Amino acid sequence: MPDVQSTVVEFVNKLRKRKIEGSQATAKCTVELLRSVISHQRVPHANQAAALIDAVKAVGEQLVAANPVELAVGNVVRRVLHIIREEDLSLTTAAMGGLDLLDASDDDDVDNCKGIGYPAMSAAVVAAAARSTLRPPSLQTLLEGTPESATVPYTSSSGADSESKTADKSSLTRKLKHDVIEGVNQLIHEIAGCHEQIAEQAIEHIHQNEVILTLGSSRTVLEFMCAAKEKKRSFRVFVAEGAPRYQGHLLAKELVARGLQTTVITDSAVFAMISRVNMVIIGAHAVMANGGVIGPVGVNMAALAAQKHAVPFVVLAGSHKLCPLYPHNPEVLLNELRSPSELLDFGEFSDCLDFGAGSGSIQVVNPTFDYVPPNLVSLFITDTGGHNPSYMYRLIADYYSADDLVM
Amino acid sequence: MDTRRGALAVPKVRRVGFFTSIEPPPESSQRPNRSQSGPVEATTSSSPLSNSPSGNLISPVLIPPSRHHSDNLTTRVAAAAPVPVPGPAAFRRYLAQDRSLLHVGSYNPPDSLLGTSTPSSNGEFSEDSASLFGFQRSDSTKLSASFPNGGFDLTLAVRAPQESETKIATASASEGKKKIAKVSGKSESVTTKPQKEKEQKALKDKTTKAERRAIQEAQRAAKAAAKGEGSRRADESGRANPGKATKKPQPKKERLPVTSSVSEKTAVAVEKEKRMDVPQTLMQYDDRSRVDKAKRRAVVEQTESKNKVELFLHLPQYERGNQLPNLSSNFFTLDSIHHAVYKVGLQHLAGDISGDNARCIAMLQAFQEAIEDYITPPMKDLTMDLTTKINGYVSFLIECRPLSMSMGNAIRFLKNQIRKLPVNLSESEAKISLCSDIGRFIDEKIILADKAIVQHAVTKIRDGEVLLTYGFSCVVEMILLYAHEIGKKFRVVIVDSRPNLEGQKLLRRLVTRGLDCTYTHINAISYIMREATRVFLGASSIFSNGTLYARVGTACIAMVANAFSVPVIVCCEAYKFHERVLLDSICSNELGDPDAVANIPSFRTNAKHSKTINNNKNLQFLNLMYDSTPSEYISMIVSDYGMIPPTSIPVIVREYRREHLLL
Repeated sequence: MPDVQSTVVEFVNKLRKRKIEGSQATAKCTVELLRSVISHQRVPHANQAAALIDAVKAVGEQLVAANPVELAVGNVVRRVLHIIREEDLSLTTAAMGGLDLLDASDDDDVDNCKGIGYPAMSAAVVAAAARSTLRPPSLQTLLEGTPESATVPYTSSSGADSESKTADKSSLTRKLKHDVIEGVNQLIHEIAGCHEQIAEQAIEHIHQNEVILTLGSSRTVLEFMCAAKEKKRSFRVFVAEGAPRYQGHLLAKELVARGLQTTVITDSAVFAMISRVNMVIIGAHAVMANGGVIGPVGVNMAALAAQKHAVPFVVLAGSHKLCPLYPHNPEVLLNELRSPSELLDFGEFSDCLDFGAGSGSIQVVNPTFDYVPPNLVSLFITDTGGHNPSYMYRLIADYYSADDLVM
Repeated sequence: MDTRRGALAVPKVRRVGFFTSIEPPPESSQRPNRSQSGPVEATTSSSPLSNSPSGNLISPVLIPPSRHHSDNLTTRVAAAAPVPVPGPAAFRRYLAQDRSLLHVGSYNPPDSLLGTSTPSSNGEFSEDSASLFGFQRSDSTKLSASFPNGGFDLTLAVRAPQESETKIATASASEGKKKIAKVSGKSESVTTKPQKEKEQKALKDKTTKAERRAIQEAQRAAKAAAKGEGSRRADESGRANPGKATKKPQPKKERLPVTSSVSEKTAVAVEKEKRMDVPQTLMQYDDRSRVDKAKRRAVVEQTESKNKVELFLHLPQYERGNQLPNLSSNFFTLDSIHHAVYKVGLQHLAGDISGDNARCIAMLQAFQEAIEDYITPPMKDLTMDLTTKINGYVSFLIECRPLSMSMGNAIRFLKNQIRKLPVNLSESEAKISLCSDIGRFIDEKIILADKAIVQHAVTKIRDGEVLLTYGFSCVVEMILLYAHEIGKKFRVVIVDSRPNLEGQKLLRRLVTRGLDCTYTHINAISYIMREATRVFLGASSIFSNGTLYARVGTACIAMVANAFSVPVIVCCEAYKFHERVLLDSICSNELGDPDAVANIPSFRTNAKHSKTINNNKNLQFLNLMYDSTPSEYISMIVSDYGMIPPTSIPVIVREYRREHLLL
């Protein structure tokens, strides 16, 4: 346990100092950390799911607070919570099958105080209640008129417990944890493999002789284009250099290494070139529930230019980038200002900075991210396929449970 | 073809831009037809207003309509030629404009007339006229104080700036009269001794005492300045004039087949002029035969870039880096190019002079020098030979760096002036006339125009505003500094972009003058735009479909400003207006050094990477210099003719070009 705590602290420090860059790397680290948290968590006999949820939440809050701008952390924590809840539910429903059979023997089993009275509940009601906790309120649940109980998760888990008592208590306990870790491993696999999933769809979107504009350095975009290249499509790529971090140069270097025809342009030439571009493809930093995109700085400019010239603006995003939150003033609140030294050499302007004798002041603004409103985005390509911006909220509902939205 | 429009002959004054005061429109500048027998009658009959006392007329901007007499073919020719009589009327119109400019701001034309520097020799003149017209000196000095630091790097442009400035100043002073007439709409008006007398006679009839005094003062001052500069010049300019004033056939007619009737001759001349007015198609560099032809003539040896950007094959793409050493080593061997032009070419190539105004001024001053040193070879015509000489210089400059649109306009002006030189001028007279024309162009079209723009634009700055500007535009800098000086409280956001980072220059200048600045790069534009209340942009050229052609990135700024509903104000001198049309940034552009894009600050990444993959066929670096902004993003254009919407550009280009006012 103490070693888990120390790794958590270490990771929090890394996040705080912005040592980990890129949402994918962050997501991967987070999910691995959470896996170790779960595996080291001592699970009580009663209510194990709740214990796991509490532990993950506690760590998750620390991580989110360490870098609130990196939305992937929160996303992954919510995903893990969702996995726990879902595994718990599946155990419950599995047990529910045995509920009818074991109905008679149920009354004898009274050692679990929390279990008292609940077995009387019909399986259908329990299932419906469980469903309502896992899914956001849908029309079906509303029509069924099932009362939503805040204690349902606990109920279901304890219900499962009460069932499990009869069978094999210890094996079931281990089974939940085992299932959760299995689920988290799947998530890790999914995050690692989202590139391939997205890249598989490249061939449907890139045709021969296409001209593609991209900016920022995104591994997803790189894989996407290379996948199209491997399918013998020949096209050319314009890369905006992305001052002041020059990530475009890195991307261009990689693209050229893979044999793509690449032209590096300055950021200011985006508008000039967009009239000859067939498609803008960017990698997102995060996708908000309203379909808005947070991307590398300069993306909004490209999106506006693309809209002006009716060029499709395509956003590639792995599922770990889908954030269930609705943004408010994201340009400022979900942004980060980096060091002014990237823009201005301090030594060069030190003589202007004496702030006395009638000289003016200098402010340097160097934001990291840019927000693109959903109406400028033509298409999202995620590992589950292509989606409209207006559909994102529904997609996101599949990945997260409603209870975890506010952490 | 023009007879169709004969019905429109009634002169109407159309004004452009936004003006607050109510004033009776002054008459259009009427130039009587030289080939007609009774020029004066023609004038008065066609414009009844011309004799009305116009002392208190206010006309910051007016477009004289095209005059179409029934025999209108001749008017175009006449436009080039001076007339003996209408001096006083023109001068009164000039006075009217003075007042009007005064009301717009504290603009002081006599002060600005003399350019940035008013050396002692001209002090008398400006002092006199200032007190006479009742201008506030304090304001004018403020204006001029804000001027020299901003703007063109004259020190860069010329090794001995003092000398050149005094040259401009004296030229302008000695030409006081000429310029006065010019402002009121004369393309070329000359005062001769007999003419002056006539004028004075006319003055006594028509003008008030004060106005007469004003004219006398101005004449005296002009004479004094001319004397100070050298009696030779004064003499020559005095002698140069009668030739022009007398009625003569056009010089170019000699090259035309001689026909019996005058009207036929002029018809041919007009036809020819028309053809020259049509803008030439630009050189397309993917046209093999033309490129080869051009190469054979070329002075500069250029190796074509191996790794060309396919989309821009129609633009010159040369290897950089070896031109400058080549050229500078050839400095003493090349005698076909005048050394001043050579120097300017090198400066353009090396990027020592950048910014459209500065480049244009440097070029014109070099031409001035070249013309001064020019000697007509025996058995050759000055007009023809000088034109070919200038053409040679221009193609040399193009090889150094493609010309900007404004430079093209200036060259066209110069060629026009050469073409219009009266044949009976002696060589030295012609040279002096040309040099003074060039000096006048620099003064009026660039320096004075900038001052007028500053005066207009500063009215659009209110306290507490956040003004966003992009890159470095000398006019915008002047506006900001002037607004700061007259006590407006505002903040400036400077947006910059790679690879030139001109914004840093502006930042330094503004901060040292005490302005509060925010500096950011173009990618962050949508972050910073929410703070801005106005966007001020400079321009390289504005085309007649309203497209703004400016430093690359301008279009992005305008687009984002438009998306955030922030007004975009473009500041552009009218000599940069161009009658071409442009839709995108691809067809006509200039490519900069691709290495400037490839080389990124070393602390970011390993500096080696660009070197190692530079010769990869698949990787190109594209360094666009300009882009074009669609007119719908532009809220307003501030030019020396006032504040106008982009849709008015073709009107100004057409009307003023016809009147030979624009150039």
